[in-house]
Order: sequence, then C-alpha cells, then structure tokens
Amino acid sequence: MIDRARLVQPRLSWPARYLLRLKRKYLLWRARKAAKQLTVLKDCTAAINASSLLCFATMRNERQRLPYYLEHYRRLGITQFLIVDNDSDDGTREYLLDQPDVSLWTTDAPYRSSRFGVDWLTGLQHRYGRGIWCLTADADEILIYPEWQGRDLHALTAWLDEQGQRAFGAMMLDMYPKGSLGGQPQANAITPFDTLRWFDADTYTWDYKKRYGQISIRGGPRKRVFFQDEPDHAPHLHKTPLVRWARGDVYVSSTHTLLPRYLNAVFDARLECPTGVLLHTKFLDEIIAKSEEEKVRRQHFTYVERYERYYDEIIAAPDLWCDASQRYANAQQLEQLGLMRRGAWP
Amino acid sequence: MRIGILMLVHTAFDRAAQVAQYWAAAGCPVVIHVDEKVPDHAFSRFQSALSEVAQVSFCDRHACEWGMWGIVAATQSAAEQMLSQHDDVTHVYLMSGSCLPLRPVSDLKDYLAARPETDFIESATTADVPWTVGGLSAERFTLRFPFSWKKHRLLFDGYVRWQRRLGLRRRFPIGLKPHMGSQWWCLTRKTLSAVLTDPDRPAIDRYFKRVWIPDESYFQTLVRRHSKEIESRSLTLSKFDHQGRPHIFYEDHLSLLRRSDCFVARKIWPQAEGLYQAFLGARAETADHAQPNPGKIDRVFSHAMERRLRGRAGLYMQSRFPYRQGQTGVTAAPYAVFQGFSDFYEGFEPWLTQVSDRVVHGHLFASDRVEYAGRHSITQGTMSDNVRIRDYDPESFLTNLLWNSRDARHCFQFSPRDEQPIAQLMAYDVNAQISVIAGAWALRLCRSDLDFKLLRKEAARLQKREAAFLSLLRSPWVKARVRIWSMADFIEAPQENLRSCLTDLGVSGTPDLPDQTSLDGFGHFLQDLKNHGMHPYVMGDFPVEGEALSREVSPSLGKPYIVQ
Repeated sequence: MIDRARLVQPRLSWPARYLLRLKRKYLLWRARKAAKQLTVLKDCTAAINASSLLCFATMRNERQRLPYYLEHYRRLGITQFLIVDNDSDDGTREYLLDQPDVSLWTTDAPYRSSRFGVDWLTGLQHRYGRGIWCLTADADEILIYPEWQGRDLHALTAWLDEQGQRAFGAMMLDMYPKGSLGGQPQANAITPFDTLRWFDADTYTWDYKKRYGQISIRGGPRKRVFFQDEPDHAPHLHKTPLVRWARGDVYVSSTHTLLPRYLNAVFDARLECPTGVLLHTKFLDEIIAKSEEEKVRRQHFTYVERYERYYDEIIAAPDLWCDASQRYANAQQLEQLGLMRRGAWP
Repeated sequence: MRIGILMLVHTAFDRAAQVAQYWAAAGCPVVIHVDEKVPDHAFSRFQSALSEVAQVSFCDRHACEWGMWGIVAATQSAAEQMLSQHDDVTHVYLMSGSCLPLRPVSDLKDYLAARPETDFIESATTADVPWTVGGLSAERFTLRFPFSWKKHRLLFDGYVRWQRRLGLRRRFPIGLKPHMGSQWWCLTRKTLSAVLTDPDRPAIDRYFKRVWIPDESYFQTLVRRHSKEIESRSLTLSKFDHQGRPHIFYEDHLSLLRRSDCFVARKIWPQAEGLYQAFLGARAETADHAQPNPGKIDRVFSHAMERRLRGRAGLYMQSRFPYRQGQTGVTAAPYAVFQGFSDFYEGFEPWLTQVSDRVVHGHLFASDRVEYAGRHSITQGTMSDNVRIRDYDPESFLTNLLWNSRDARHCFQFSPRDEQPIAQLMAYDVNAQISVIAGAWALRLCRSDLDFKLLRKEAARLQKREAAFLSLLRSPWVKARVRIWSMADFIEAPQENLRSCLTDLGVSGTPDLPDQTSLDGFGHFLQDLKNHGMHPYVMGDFPVEGEALSREVSPSLGKPYIVQ
C-alpha cells in the first residue's frame, strides 16, 4: 500500500517530509504525556487478539446516543470498545460500565488541551491497537459503507488486508430533521434516523491538500446555512476512521488527517478502495442545550472566536430542512449519489 | 464414473471441512493439502474434525508461497495420493478450501460422464493471448524467479531488472510450448497420470521451480503434451478484477451465483453463512443439464467495473477524485448559454421559459446572487444561491447543478457583468451551446443615468471582459457549439438568428418573438464613448443616427415578429 499511495500522492521535498516526521514524533510525545491523565475504570483489554476489531471514542454526556451507537457497531463486528469518558454527568459512565465489551477510562482534564481527545485516544491506540484494525468514531458518527448490512467490518478489513491497504476513508454526512432543530424530542432506544432522516445530496466540493496528501471535502447543511459567507471556514467532512494501526501512527486533527502521510490517500479513485459515509447525528434535539454549554466551555474547535456566531445560530434553532433536501433511504442511495463508492470491492 | 477432489487449504478450516464433508457425502474421495505454514494445533484440529470421514485423507504438506513452486508441489502430492489410493477415480477436480460447489454433485457427474475424455483446463499460449492481468507475461518463463514477491519485493524487482539488463534468458524444455490459464482444473485420470509420470518430469520440474507463478502454467503446459481432448476453460467460476486479484463472493451475491450455473465458485467469504447454507444445505435434487454460464456474472461485473473506471459524466463527487475532468465528459447534460440576449430583448428569460421546455435560469454567475429559475434561494441538491459558496469553486457549482437535475435541460444567461472564471469550463465542454450577441451589454449602459465618466470606465471594463471571452471561444480547442454575432450583424436578421438558436433548443413551430430593446440614441452613445477615447468595437459599426438602424428596427419596434 505504501507503494501504491506513493504512486498517487505528489512527493514532498525532504525538508517538508522531515517536518512531518517531527510533527508525528511531537504528537506521539503528547499522547504519551496525555496518557497520564487517564484513570482506568474498567479494563477488559485482555480479550484483545489479532482478529479483534476495536472501536475508540472520547465521550462527554452522550447517554442518549449510546444505545444505538453500541448496537450499530456491535452489529458491524466490533469486538471491543475502548472509551474515554471526559467528565460526563448524565449517566454515560454508569451506562458504559454496565456493558460487557467496553473498556472505560475517565478523565476530567480539559478536552481542548488534549487536542479534542485525540491525544488520549492516540495513547490507547498505541498501547492496544498495534497490528489491529481500529475504528475511531465519535458517539455521533455512524459508519456505513456499500453492502454494510450484509458484510460486516471483518469482511471489509479482510479485503483491505488482501489489497495491502491499511486505511479506510469515509465522508461525514450531516443528518438533520425537518423543522427547527430541537423541535423533535428523541426517545432513547430508537434509531436517531427516525427524526434525522434528511441530508444534502450535493453541494460538496473538494480540493487537494498537498502537504498531507489528502483531499478535503466541504459542503452540506452546515456550509449552506452557517458558513455561507465564509466557505473557507466550513467544517471538513473527510475522515479516515478505520486504520490497521501500526506503531507510530497518529491522528493529526480529529480523524481527518493521519501521519504517516501515505495513510491519507484513501479517497483516491486510483487506489480503487471502497469508501464509506459517517452519518453524523449531531443535530439531535439535545443540540441546542449542548451548544449553549459548549459555547461557555469553549472546548471545541481550534479557532474559538470563529465559532461563537456558529453556536449562536444553532441555539436560535434554525430549520436546516429545505425542499431540495434528500430523504435518507439506504446505502445504495448514497452510492448512487456518489457520496460513497464501492471501488474494486466486488 | 467417480470424481476425486483435490483441495488446497491454508485458512478458514471450518469452511474447508464443511465442503470436504459435502463432497465425501456425495461419494467423492477428497485429498486435502494443508499449507505447511499452518501451525500444528490448527492442523490437528482440522484433521480431527474430518477424522470420522472415511473418504477424506491428507497428503504431504508443502510450504505454499504465492507465485512460487510450493503450490504445484502440493498439487502433485495430492494428485499422486489420489491416483494411488483410489483406483476407481476417473476425473480429478482441483479446488481450494474457499471454493464452494454451486450445483449438486450429481449434475457434475452427469456432465463429466457425458464427456468422459475431455480435460477441462484453461490453457492459452502466452505468445498469442494477453492472458495475464498486469505484471509479467512471457517473462514468467524466460527469467528466473527465486525470490518471493510478497516477502522480498525489492530483491524480486531488482533481480528481474538485472536479468533484463544482462539479457539473460532461459531455454524452455524441448517439446513444450508455454501455456497459461486458471489454476483450477478438472482432468481425466489418464491425462493426470500421464503428466505425473512423464519421463522428463525431473527436468521439467526443475525448470518450473524458477518460473513465476507456476501453478498457472505447469499443468496448463503439460496437458498440451498428454491430453487428447482439451476444453480450454475452467469449470470453476473465478472472477478477477482488472488488477488480477480474485473477487470474493459475499452473501449478497447469492442470486448472481445461482444464475451462473457454474459447478464451483471461488472464492467465498468464510463468514458468508447464507451462501454455505444455500449451496451445501439440503436442496431439491433437480436433474439440471444447464451449461455453466459464467458470462452472466461477467456482464454484471464488467458493467460495474466500467462505471468505476470511467465514472459518470458530470459527476464530480469525491468518489471520482482525482479525475476532475472525467474521461467521459465535463458535464452531465447539454445546456445552452445566452450572452447579450437578455440585454437585446426585453423579457427574454420569461419568453424563453414560455416557448421552450427548458429550465431557464437568469444570470447564474451574477455578482450579487445566483439567479436560479424562479429565483429560488435553494435548488435541487440543496444548492444555495449564495455567491460566496458558488465562487469558492465555480466549476463544481455548474457541474453539480447540471448533475443534480440532469433530466432537465438547462439554459442560462451570461454576460460580461457576471463572474468570468467559469468561461473556460464552458468553452471546453461539448455539452455547452453558447450564443453571443457581442456588445449588447452596452445597451444597458446607454439607458443608464450614471455619470458619464463612470459609464466610460464600466464600458471599458465590460468590453475587455467580453473580448477575452470571445477570444477564448474562438480558440481552436473549443469543444462547445459556439455562435457569435456582433450586435450589428445580429440586427441584420434577428428573426433568423434567434430562430437558429431556438432550433438547437428543440423549439419547433413559430413562436412570437420577444420585444427588442429600443436602440434610440445607441449610436450616439457609442460615438460619445469614442469621443472620450474609449472605442467600443465588439458590437460592430453603428451609424450615429443611421438610416440603416431605423430601416431594420424602428418600424417594428414594440411589435412581435413572426418567424416563418
């Protein structure tokens, strides 16, 4: 895969490559340091073996999303969840402690200074994930890919292994309700997609970022509504959530970007790999309350000032729905729209 | 008539055991080769799972490395054991542990009984047929390959390069012609024992030990020497993608596999419980003499592959990266662009909406907002009318718009007042049909009551832009269909000119023409510009208060033309 990624990625000069190496080392050092902030609450990592599939996440007050999240990923064949609880007070911690396949750490250190949880997770991935396929998905990200209902992640990763590919890319798709945000109360056990069943089918633009050898995708309702006057600041939607972790791998910013650089070539059509979609359930009814809290905590986003207005606009409970919104049906639909692809996977 | 099964296994032992039991239950002896690299505990568990089954035996183990001799050695051992232990076996079928029988064994027996002398083995000469998918072809036989491609890639590549540079070549054993084909075959006892007892076998084996991927050429070459009747195809359905890797079949391929009528398929995803249940479970025994038909599957797969490699015209989602300009076309559907018409005619846009079945937009690239048809603020595919979003990436704006409503035919207005960066894409797009009345932009300035200094400046700016656009449209590489009139040319025969545009839009009949904008004082305005040193030239020559002008335009002002 290194060979193939190198064929498709433009080469960098050696100083640029060396800077990336330094950056990677620095991030690893940060992860080692951040690992000290974690207290283990429940450890079932002894059950991990080479054929495990691990799911990593940092969570804060996600009790509402957890049942569906765990159910979905169990169905996809995740054998163990490794979760860092960041000071939840809504029962997330207790709920997770009850689950048989969750290893749980906790910390009350600030989210922002651990690079939005990435440092904590990198430490865990380094320790438990080496040589194993690791999924990193927040509580509001539900991964799907072509034929996911019939083929679990083991089938996907076995095929990727055969291709010598050790990373899998997915695009975030913001799902939203019809009507103003927060107007549709959500019962606990049901799927979030009973209310969040709409998405933007097109408007996605992409450009190539040479430094990390990746394409960056932007668009969707957040760009359409909140960032229309500054499309440059609209959130990135490309992610690489699934990686066969190797010693020294590190996520650079959220799960958007990885180092070493060749892991970022996941969307390149020439590699003929399938890509998936992360259904983003951010706009559940609790979004208003959460945004109010986040605005005060200022723990999200690198450029806090930029997002003050964004939070205000969310708190005003806008309606993201419009006549042209597309109703979510299934994975084939997303494949048909070109939002994900099958690649050479039969 | 009895079929013996050779099975090469290196992983997914539960499934291999299940399939072996299936064959054994149907009265077929099975000889299993297990890769020597498989750890002992896994091997002994596999062995004990099958210990009850009398028809199943295990042969000597060889280390199998992809592309190396071990796989042939394994096949030889298994075949020798099959022939020596089961005297009544008439046909020998080679398969892997991840193969799955798709039809009842009785079907296969009937099929082979009807063709008792035929060897089913794909075998094509390297000289004539580009059989391999990527990688080495004839050089597989002329170079030496002592290194594993998977483990020692650098050594492998380096040694190949070195041999090429030195011009080293091996001589093919006398009396043989290199043939290649699928690894999976079904041979008659006679042919197989002739291959195994060939008097030259030591020399031939020595030669093939250094051939690249001998499992695709050893038997394929030797049967040509010993077989009386070769049917050059494999009875095993085995699909390869265009990079030469085998397709894996999953549960969702069930109906596809059923329709193929092939006897055996490889390779099957071990966790595809549904497939194993469907094909190994109890099923109604139907006497079925259908010919295997892998072509059905081929069509499905090649259709998918075609689409994957070539993409869909006009769709630029990230799934097509990095093919910004797709191999199949720039945009998804034909569209028409009108420059100057909305200045030259009053109410051109509503008129066009009326007479044609097109979606008629206003100035999509206007600098203040995107003027979608009906002036919606959000249109299909949730595209917004925000100009910042549009200008962030104008090319994907236009391609997305056309892709999203590709069933509709679009028209839109363009003008030098609009944002220009999109011009390049339109000029090089075969789907675009661009009609320009050059200089019509000046009509709006002529009627404006702005300060003349500002007007002069604006006229200079617009003329520069239009001139750039026109020279782009006149360049030899343009793919769009382009019609350019200077304004002076256009008013010579406006009916015919407009009608020629309409015919392209598929408008037939004789619709009423829209009202022309008044040209009063236009010649004067142009002369004023000239007097101030700004020579307007794109619109052609207009007399100051010319007779020509009044002859053509004045009598009919305000009255609709009838196009004949």
